[in-house]
Amino acid sequence: MAKIFQRPAALTGKAFHYCPGCTHGIVHRIIAQCIDELGIREDTIGVCPVGCSVFAYEYFNCDMIEAAHGRAPAVATGVKRVLPDRVVFTYQGDGDLAAIGTAEVVHAAARGEKITTIFINNAVFGMTGGQMAPTTLVGQKTTTTPKGRDRETTGSPLRVAELLSTVEGAVYVARVSVHNPASVIRAKKAIKKAFEVQLQGLGFAIVEVLSTCPTNWGLSPVEALEWLEKNMVPIFPLGEFRKPAEWDKNGTGEGASC
Amino acid sequence: MARVLMKGNEAFGEGAIRAGCRYFFGYPITPQSELPHFLAKRLPEIGGVYLQAESEVSAINMVYGAAAAGARVMTSSSSPGISLMQEGISYIVGAQLPCVIINVMRGGPGLGNIAPAQGDYFQATKGGGHGDYKLIVLAPASVQEIITHMQLAFDLADKYRNPVMVVGDGILGQMMEPVDLEGTGGEMAEPSKPWATTGMRGRKERNIVNSLCIVPEENEKNNLQLAAKYGEIQRSEQRWEEYGLDDAEWVLVAFGTVARVAKGVVDKARKEGIAAGLIRPITLWPFPEKAFNKVIDQVKGFLTVEMSLGQMVEDVRLCVQGRQPVRFLGRPGGMVPSVREVYEELKKMAGVKTCG
Ligand SMILES: Cc1ncc(C[n+]2csc(CCOP(=O)(O)OP(=O)(O)O)c2C)c(N)n1
Ligand code: SF4
Repeated sequence: MAKIFQRPAALTGKAFHYCPGCTHGIVHRIIAQCIDELGIREDTIGVCPVGCSVFAYEYFNCDMIEAAHGRAPAVATGVKRVLPDRVVFTYQGDGDLAAIGTAEVVHAAARGEKITTIFINNAVFGMTGGQMAPTTLVGQKTTTTPKGRDRETTGSPLRVAELLSTVEGAVYVARVSVHNPASVIRAKKAIKKAFEVQLQGLGFAIVEVLSTCPTNWGLSPVEALEWLEKNMVPIFPLGEFRKPAEWDKNGTGEGASC
Repeated sequence: MARVLMKGNEAFGEGAIRAGCRYFFGYPITPQSELPHFLAKRLPEIGGVYLQAESEVSAINMVYGAAAAGARVMTSSSSPGISLMQEGISYIVGAQLPCVIINVMRGGPGLGNIAPAQGDYFQATKGGGHGDYKLIVLAPASVQEIITHMQLAFDLADKYRNPVMVVGDGILGQMMEPVDLEGTGGEMAEPSKPWATTGMRGRKERNIVNSLCIVPEENEKNNLQLAAKYGEIQRSEQRWEEYGLDDAEWVLVAFGTVARVAKGVVDKARKEGIAAGLIRPITLWPFPEKAFNKVIDQVKGFLTVEMSLGQMVEDVRLCVQGRQPVRFLGRPGGMVPSVREVYEELKKMAGVKTCG
């Protein structure tokens, strides 16, 4: 009997430690599927963040590096400059990438660093107990905005994909979601493109993934998916913000926009 | 033929290249700028990479990545930039990666100035970042020694899988001296790095570079493993220079630029009948306590001279353990002690009248 669904070779098989309903696990799986489909597992080096996905090195079945909080794009830069023919990706949360590590990601993009960044936007700091992140919605209650995020004193959500789409070196910038099967399929397509950009040596590629944190949102897994769709998608519109100019010319990388 | 005139800051770069380093990540700061200028030109010519980072925070994390990928890699900065690197240095130690960090020290605290200083001694030798760790710290005192220390720095970093810091100051960085390049570099006896994260092609097991160790019992083991390594370094790697020490009664202790001043003082004192000598620590960590134990019963006292308010003098006192008097003379904030003022202090210590 043919197996039609199995663990990707790019996952180790170690059980995820994520909370029930957390979408970090879905994103891990689709990244691993892309790595398998592109046949790059043995040439890939992943860099994980500090955040709930700090143990990602136990899950991805390739060489892995654990970086300091926010510094993954700089670490990935060091690896890629030494090993330009290898595939290097970072996996980062919104505290990691959009707060403490803003400079690192902006400048990796500005240099057109040939790395792939997967950015998990769950609108909170998950690991440290549900504090406000730069991506927290106005009015959203967190442990450090107990009355809801107040625009006047704490500002409004940072739109990382839009911000980076103004940077020339960021040749592929997309925002996707994983709140239903159709969006997961689109997310996978975008992530695969972000790796293809690197394989083609075109520049920096980033996919922002809207993700759930049921634990810190105080919602059930299903409610969290609904909350994401209703509240996050309108503030963080989905789509491809930048695609390599080369792709328009010769048609590579086409496919459903996400 | 191999003898050339070279500036200290350029010698750091030349020495690094001769030691097989091909990767540099840094952020501009005075007074070490000639070094990145030199490497920005040289490294691409020999197939290496010079990359100007957006900050010292990023630079040291690029070093972390390049070291994880198995390269001989370095960064360079001056005091304020080295402060910014401390987080990354702690992670590099935790992940047991080799690299070389140059600190061309300047006057602090804060923005301070760009004049020569030694006020980062504590930061360099006592850890600097968070956690229980040590860097191997080398303190060259001439342009020639900068060249040989760069080879030594990369070799020690690889041998112990620990960062090595090489400290200088603006005087050493700017100074032009003839250097003999004969016999330096070339061998490149770089060890293989089977632990490096290079992609697992051809390997069965994944490599993971990491400093996270969530279970306290395991992290204690990690720390004890570091401690064992540091014990071995303390036993094997103490280096120092002795000058007029054999029959010395009064011993000056100074490193780097100040040691050059101190040598002048020893010469002057000897001419005037004072039996002075010098211990010049070459490794600031491990501190060369063996040098002190050797002479402790023969001498009458130590005079530590630094371009700071007194940092290395604490290590001198730890070595001497009250067995002999330890005196201190320092000029902080970017000032350099003169031969004259050090000599006056030495005479006071030796009980020689100052008049005439
Ligand atoms: C320098 C430093 N500051 C703070 C922390 C504490 N810290 C750990 S994870 C984190 C935020 C994690 O949030 P995010 O990046 O959004 O990831 P998530 O947990 O939501 O996946 C913080 C502040 C740290 N580890 N290091
Ligand atoms: S705290 Fe939130 S982000 Fe972290 S594992 Fe749980 S649900 Fe996921």
